Amino acid sequence: MDPITFNLDGEQVVITDHSPTTTALQWLRGAQRKTGTKEGCAEGDCGACTIAILDHDAHGGPSWRSINSCLVLVPMLHGRTVVTVEGLKTDGELHPVQDAMVRHMGSQCGYCTPGVVMTMFEGCYRKDLDADWKVDDQMCGTLCRCTGYRPIRDAALETKGLRPDDRFAALEFSSPVPRDLTYVAAGQRYFQPSSTAALFDVLATNEDARIVCGMTDLGLDVTKKHVAFPCLVSLEAIPELRQMTHTDGVWRIGATVPLSEVEDRVQDGLIPLARMLRYFGARQIKNRATVGGNLCTASPIGDLAPALLALGATVVVLGAEGERRVPLSEFFLEYRKTALQPGEILAAVEVPDVPAGARCATYKVSKRRELDISAVSAGLYVMVDDGTVTEARLAFGGMAATPARATSAEQAMVGQPWTHDTVEAAVACLATEFTPFSDHRGTAWYRTTVAQNLLRGFYEETHTVRQPSLAYRHTGTVLTEAGA
Amino acid sequence: MSTSPLHKSSSHESAVEHVTGDARYVDDLPEPRDMLVGLPIYSPHARAKIVSRDGTVARLLPGIHAVLFADDVPGDNLIGPIVHDEPLFAEDEVLCVGHTVALIVGESLVQCRAAAEHLAIEYDVLEPTLTIADAIAAEQFHTAPHRIARGDVDGAIEAAAEVIRGTASNGGQDHFYLETQAALALPGERGQMHIYSSTQHPTEIQKLVALVLGKRAADVVCEVPRMGGGFGGKESQASQWAAFAALGAQVTGRPCKVWLDRDRDMVQTGNRHPFWTRYEAAFDETGRITALRANIYSDGGFSLDLSGAVLDRAVFHLDNAYYLPACELVGQVCKTNLPSNTAFRGFGGPQGMVVVEDAINRYAERTGQDPAVVRARNHYGDAPRNTAPYGQEIPDPRVDRVWRELKVSSDYEQRRADIDTFNATSRWVKRGIAYQPVKFGISFTASMLNQAGALVLIYTDGTIQLNHGGTEMGQGLHSKMVAICAHAFGVSTGQIRAMNTRTDKIPNTSPTAASSGSDLNGQAVQDACDQLLARMRPVAATLLKCDEEGVTFADDAVHGGGASVPFTELTLACWLGQVSLHAAGFYRTPGIHYDHATGSGEPFFYFAYGASVLEVEVNGLTGEHRLQRVDILHDAGNSLNPSIDIGQVEGAFIQGYGWLTMEEVIYSDTGVLKTPGASTYKVPAMGDVPLQMNVALLSQADQFSTIHGSKAVGEPPFMLALGVVTALRHAIGGFSTKGGEVELAIPATPEAILRAVVNTTTA
Repeated sequence: MDPITFNLDGEQVVITDHSPTTTALQWLRGAQRKTGTKEGCAEGDCGACTIAILDHDAHGGPSWRSINSCLVLVPMLHGRTVVTVEGLKTDGELHPVQDAMVRHMGSQCGYCTPGVVMTMFEGCYRKDLDADWKVDDQMCGTLCRCTGYRPIRDAALETKGLRPDDRFAALEFSSPVPRDLTYVAAGQRYFQPSSTAALFDVLATNEDARIVCGMTDLGLDVTKKHVAFPCLVSLEAIPELRQMTHTDGVWRIGATVPLSEVEDRVQDGLIPLARMLRYFGARQIKNRATVGGNLCTASPIGDLAPALLALGATVVVLGAEGERRVPLSEFFLEYRKTALQPGEILAAVEVPDVPAGARCATYKVSKRRELDISAVSAGLYVMVDDGTVTEARLAFGGMAATPARATSAEQAMVGQPWTHDTVEAAVACLATEFTPFSDHRGTAWYRTTVAQNLLRGFYEETHTVRQPSLAYRHTGTVLTEAGA
Repeated sequence: MSTSPLHKSSSHESAVEHVTGDARYVDDLPEPRDMLVGLPIYSPHARAKIVSRDGTVARLLPGIHAVLFADDVPGDNLIGPIVHDEPLFAEDEVLCVGHTVALIVGESLVQCRAAAEHLAIEYDVLEPTLTIADAIAAEQFHTAPHRIARGDVDGAIEAAAEVIRGTASNGGQDHFYLETQAALALPGERGQMHIYSSTQHPTEIQKLVALVLGKRAADVVCEVPRMGGGFGGKESQASQWAAFAALGAQVTGRPCKVWLDRDRDMVQTGNRHPFWTRYEAAFDETGRITALRANIYSDGGFSLDLSGAVLDRAVFHLDNAYYLPACELVGQVCKTNLPSNTAFRGFGGPQGMVVVEDAINRYAERTGQDPAVVRARNHYGDAPRNTAPYGQEIPDPRVDRVWRELKVSSDYEQRRADIDTFNATSRWVKRGIAYQPVKFGISFTASMLNQAGALVLIYTDGTIQLNHGGTEMGQGLHSKMVAICAHAFGVSTGQIRAMNTRTDKIPNTSPTAASSGSDLNGQAVQDACDQLLARMRPVAATLLKCDEEGVTFADDAVHGGGASVPFTELTLACWLGQVSLHAAGFYRTPGIHYDHATGSGEPFFYFAYGASVLEVEVNGLTGEHRLQRVDILHDAGNSLNPSIDIGQVEGAFIQGYGWLTMEEVIYSDTGVLKTPGASTYKVPAMGDVPLQMNVALLSQADQFSTIHGSKAVGEPPFMLALGVVTALRHAIGGFSTKGGEVELAIPATPEAILRAVVNTTTA
């Protein structure tokens, strides 16, 4: 049993007696009396609880990352450097993001403000905040009910990528690598092994283990259902699971690579995936959520799944006995059930480059554009050879019990000319291919109609650009160019 | 007076505390020793008889100090801000999902939750009423009809060039204040109770806690540090949580806190009222409305709460900015088995305006006219087109002037022409533009609430504590009150500390609501300052060796006869001279009255105006849209603080935009809330706000007889967002080849818009 130790606002702290399912937010507000950090929703959807940790960026260097403290358990901070809103002032002077928020009148009631400030703090030190859309993305995870955002946006624009030469920049040289941890408290165990060998030992001896990493999904069981997991095993400290490579035309994305890192890396190389990641979730979520987690939770929507299905991805499954590969199309067995056997983990996803002749795009349609769960998501891929469709992968989320391909629509296209009529024939198949359910995100009518229209839009879009990406402040998920 | 902060922009008075995390809200206060927490346990059924309830086992569990039911209330279990019709704890029957049945008081929430598993409550489920339609059919109403009428409606309809008949409806809206409901009760000696509450209405808390505990008002103090947003949701509905905290404290003798997590807050508290209306509108050949008949119904939920006043305001605002020569406007509050709906920014005004805007949109679409032209043609104007349906004269209708200026600054006409060109060639994406005027009556329509108090305390070092009856929820009220006080004494704002709102400093306060906070409290503060100035002036004259008339207060000093002494010196001189340095100020709004029986009177002290021009782009494949540009010109009078007022305008507008386009409160067919959290209920995020948002305040807009010529600004701009519906309809109409009316539901979610597009192109 190890104590949890980490650096909090410049002070080393030690935790030995809090349940491992205590969230960072509960601990900050409770044990630490640091009430500056707020709870607004306890599900990573409002950002009032945002704090920052030192972590990797896509290029291996340390970087500040904003995260939702409501969805991070205290053992997950082990060995890290953590900053809260109360640790930003230096010698009594406001940090540039705090100062900008005051000058731009970015606070009214002030309750979202600590989260806004910490989200902006990440943006202030990011090296890659180089496009306008990234400011919306950076800030969309912090909801403000008072200001209407204009002043917050002004403050964010002023401070983005500012990278002041201060003590926070200096801290970036410290090592942010998560460390090995075995922690037991309140009758609950938490393991964070640092090798796969150690991982399989832990799994073999703890039958009640739940595997976790970013905790952005399982965290809701803790905050909403108040589940006290008896045993959690985190993959965060295993270096080989957090590697991302691009060799011989194949992207290998380690299961625990955070999505913000994936997004940075694939921006130019795997455009359909980048397009999906843009609206996947808030920055705070993408900084913790992982590819492995999104696939293994096997949500019927799981925004990455349709994208990866369309891209023809394969998952690498690792067990104590070795690894095996499973095409992603065979990975989802039924509602919330995958092909993983007990004792196995998803180690990586392998995604081939999009071939030159292929058209591929991804779509996410939700009530709100950012930080929302899809009504329908889609990854659409067709290979066109000499005017004829030779291969089609039309994958949808939100249409069935699992992310699924529309096989009859695909069959209606393969061997046919890549024309409007062929697309309409496939669209007609989509009318009966799925029997989606109706809920607060959309009725069955809406889901089916949108799925059909996404395919229509895909055809329109890929006339000129084979892997279209989204324009800044585009109107709809489809058809990036107004008037197309 | 060069240093006066009045009419100047500044950051929020607590901005530095906000950005550093130092600002304290109720749940952030240092927790007193031995504090317990209370967990309300609520009904899972919309309507059911309680067959039995038993907390014996739960009470015996570790850390549990009390398990309380209706019978354990020492005072009155029936609460409510107007009528005491709301069982704090369900008695024989539960009346909605979320209705509290029991309160578990324990040492931690974890222990309380564990104990909740062992509560034995048996229900006999009954058939609930869950919609306005069902309530109308069953004749379940909270109120008698409120009717305002004039002129010959039937005659006008008969003579009309065009009659629009239809229904209009709108959904609810969760307040989604970022800080959820919270209260902390500290029992004192001799039966005193001190409550810290996140409330817009501390006096209401004081009264209801006294009522529930069987105490007198003098035994209870309510203190409000600040709120993390209110928007009306903490006007009447902060009370029950404070009452639970106080009850827990009373029963156990220990401090007790009740704090709701987000889901619980959304399930257990009410929302903006959904409305349903049947209407007939007559237009003459020039496009002027000649008559409007509307029967409007709101969903009040299971108890009356503030629903009567909300409905009244809806009826008062069925005209919006338009003159109605003849009208018959009748409203009634329905009773359903849903949480009791309550105040929310606009307070019925937006729901009332939805009706006349719908009529105008449909008329313009049917006749192929620019809806902006129709709106402008119907503006209030010179006599005789300057009396409201309830008979009040509208002395200075600024709506024409606002539109004249905004039409130019927003380049409305050119942009509308450009949109026609764009839509003619764009297949899947269409654009739309709209003009939206707003006229909003200012005053509580319950006339006695239009009063306020203040208490100004000056210390011998020249610093000042400012107390007033208003609460700070982010709207910048304290900033404005401090500015008024600083201006009066000629001191810098740093000399003045705005204190927590407390019922032992200011008694019998009105809620901080109806946009009235700075109007009412500002005058009360001014009154207190004037009293002090009158006392200090002779002392200053003696110090300065000049006439009293020659004394001026500025730059942290008093001046006269060519000499100056620091303000600090004056305050010390006052004390040495045994002159009182504290004063209580008071204000009541003069001359307002209303007769409910006849539907006539002058319920408003004045009217606030504003207008917006909005442009949207709609994707016809998915129903998604983008708000591209917004231009707003708003009348805040001679603004006390332009940057704070612009913040109110922008924030209200986006909140209204959320209500109209994405925020959906959805209940199941058994009355269970399907959208109880941030993951299922979507309020606007940063990306939903247009890059071009040009907000300006009307210049030379001094308002007669208000505090320094300013105007209320909290609610009116909410309704500027109504134009998004018109703009969306314009864009959706662009998909149609035949023109004509568009059927678009509110909220105009992507699904609603796609349905409208499909109906437009296939019907």
